[in-house]
Amino acid sequence: MAFQENVREIFKQELNTIRSDGIFKEERIICAPQGSDIEVEFPMGAARKKVINMCANNYLGLSSHPDVVEAARKGLDRRGYGMSSVRFICGTQDIHKELEKKLTEFLGTEDTILFPSCMDANAGVFEAVLTDQDVMIADRLVHASIVDGMRLCKAQQDTYKHSDMGHLEEKLQLHQNARLRLIITDGAFSMDGDLAKLDKIVELAEKYNAMVFLDDSHASGFIGKTGRGTQEHCGVLGKIDIITTTLGKALGGASGGCVSGRRELVEMCRQKARPYLFSNTIPPVVVCGAIRVLELISATTERRDKLERNTEFWRKGLIEAGLIIKEGETPIVPVMLFNAKLSQDVAKDLYEEGIYAVGFFFPVVPKGQARIRTQLSAAHEMHHLEKALAAFIKVGKKYGILHKTKQEVIDMYGM
Amino acid sequence: MPEIKDIILNYIKNEYVEEGDEIEVTYTTPLISGGIVDSFSMVSLKRFLENKYNIQIPEAKATPKAFDSVNNIVELLKEFKVQ
Repeated sequence: MAFQENVREIFKQELNTIRSDGIFKEERIICAPQGSDIEVEFPMGAARKKVINMCANNYLGLSSHPDVVEAARKGLDRRGYGMSSVRFICGTQDIHKELEKKLTEFLGTEDTILFPSCMDANAGVFEAVLTDQDVMIADRLVHASIVDGMRLCKAQQDTYKHSDMGHLEEKLQLHQNARLRLIITDGAFSMDGDLAKLDKIVELAEKYNAMVFLDDSHASGFIGKTGRGTQEHCGVLGKIDIITTTLGKALGGASGGCVSGRRELVEMCRQKARPYLFSNTIPPVVVCGAIRVLELISATTERRDKLERNTEFWRKGLIEAGLIIKEGETPIVPVMLFNAKLSQDVAKDLYEEGIYAVGFFFPVVPKGQARIRTQLSAAHEMHHLEKALAAFIKVGKKYGILHKTKQEVIDMYGM
Repeated sequence: MPEIKDIILNYIKNEYVEEGDEIEVTYTTPLISGGIVDSFSMVSLKRFLENKYNIQIPEAKATPKAFDSVNNIVELLKEFKVQ
């Protein structure tokens, strides 16, 4: 046996370092379907507690929607549990093609390819379409999966300051000698909840002959008047060359992702993207659930409209309560606390009050920008939000951070 | 004529410090380990130095440690007779 005591010790020490750095992650055990009211066991072995979930990516409240569950159940009956294959050997069913077609229609693109997750889509897409003669120019706050995908690609890598169009233009000028230029951005940025200036990005892409890549995982289904995402919100539908998005957030919340966009680029992914070629197909049960989700949100904007109303209420409520939030218009609403320990303490007290929200701090966000990220859902009713708001006010008072400036909070608790 | 370390410091401030960032970058500020310059941005910094001083920094020498502060970078450049 090679895993001898001295080897075990190496890993124990590494884990201890993670603990002493205060970045050890522990799973909360949810003992209920995903929703606004959940039962949580935390820490492991503790009594279950009923809490309001303010940190799920369940933006449209479809994760446990009866129609979606029913469609998934029927899918299980009609197409079985698993496919025991990657897509191109014997893992493509009629329902996979149907879902790809529905996503293409929904996103207003030319073609779509499914991946086991959006993490996989982002990990595979760059290497599949670019070579060492090309350059990728990414916003500095793009999601970690994009960073990983860029690392796997041989094209040159560069970055521009977050949403700084002047800096992006400089970088586009700098890389005019590359064969292809690809601007890379998230639609809604997951930590700050702000939206990319996609209209300006498209304008620059046209001026400097660049392609545009958009990860719309935190926008698909609810940003834009009909939920088509950031591209709809910014008036550039059909102008994005590559869109990746997830089925694991608003679009049912189960798993799976896709690359959608120009026909030839999608075909390159079918031929070359390693997570597509070497990973199992999405199971039929998930595919059928996702098809139903797309039918539901294409038929009515009711859920995204409710989410928009909930978001407005929540943002206004927090500001009036005297808390500092990252302003914006998405249902990702970070409550800024700046100090890492304070963010942990506030999250713990909120949990005691029956509100489940998580504190984020360095290295997930920059130093001095610790926060509690709250996320709204169409599954939230007004009584959920009123209770959550009351809890934020109670805990905020306890720590003396209501109606304080950023500097005053920092003076009290440090960065 | 500005000293090399000031040229590098100014580049880093302009390139990596964003409006609203509560960061003061000095000659000794940890850049990589302090989260100011990430691995992609390190590539841009390397390219800046190569273009500015007409040198080629081999990948083996472009380590996170060598780029971790303005002073470290100045030391690295000395190996290429840039002083």
